[in-house]
Amino acid sequence: MSRREANGPAVDLPLGVDAAVFAEPWQAEAFAMTVALHDKGLFSWSEWAQALSAQVKKPGAAIDGHDYYEHWLAALESLLVSKGLAAKADVDAMAEAWERAAHATPHGKPILLENDPRPTR
Amino acid sequence: MSHDHDHDNELDPFAARVRALETILTRKGLIDPAAIDVIVDTYETRIGPRNGAKVVAKAWSDPAYADWLRRDATAAIESLSYTGRQGEHMQAVFNTEDTHNLVVCTLCSCYPWSVLGLPPVWYKAPPYRSRAVIDPRGVLEEFGLTLPTTKKIRVWDSTAELRYLVVPMRPDGTEGWSEERLADLVSRDAMIGTALARQPA
Repeated sequence: MSRREANGPAVDLPLGVDAAVFAEPWQAEAFAMTVALHDKGLFSWSEWAQALSAQVKKPGAAIDGHDYYEHWLAALESLLVSKGLAAKADVDAMAEAWERAAHATPHGKPILLENDPRPTR
Repeated sequence: MSHDHDHDNELDPFAARVRALETILTRKGLIDPAAIDVIVDTYETRIGPRNGAKVVAKAWSDPAYADWLRRDATAAIESLSYTGRQGEHMQAVFNTEDTHNLVVCTLCSCYPWSVLGLPPVWYKAPPYRSRAVIDPRGVLEEFGLTLPTTKKIRVWDSTAELRYLVVPMRPDGTEGWSEERLADLVSRDAMIGTALARQPA
């Protein structure tokens, strides 16, 4: 994993310039999906805070916080499972479909799910 | 992912999972991709600590507003159209000669989004979350802020329901300044409590 350089400072309590709000687009999307699902009333913000807290307090969380949105995503997935909104097996299968689609997409072209050579839907 | 691809694309596993969630939730009619884009744009570009700085500058300039902010920060902040999305309540904590205020979320990363935008990386990281309560004076010194030992430091632990905004002390030498000019002295860190308001140049 070398995804973390963009998040910058590794010192204890970094000063000065901060990283961008989101280091990668998927982080912004995971954040926005959570806000949108809450807006729709699918969970309360307290439920969300509990789910996120359960992830960030697991041992192994990075000292510099660069893996924060990885915890965020894991929290969102676990909340969707517990609410019966997206089963883990379905998410696994759909993620694999997206990865196959990405591999099958020529460089420079947008990655579309339709590009999956082995659609299972 | 450090290796380059000339011939195909690769999604990193996190990006693939996010796309998978988006696909599943969109098909179920639970999210609208266009609405997701609006939310991202809002938090990346429209909401940020300028909002909070305007609240502080107004409180410095208008004693009636400061009083309202002290009694009912949720309403006083909403009156400037900065509205929280999570139904959270806001509390404004005012620095004084005797007491300095510092905000943390030990649980996860609760933060007053409507007035400060999204939190900086260090606010979400374990060292700040664990040490701000235990050793606030030491933490502030690492931020370059050394307070006199006679000054009390009060630490406020945010929750999903209650978020805090620090109102720093107004710097001397700013009498008669407009709210706009005053707002430029108010940094994000000053409203978390890891800094003071800037001194006028």
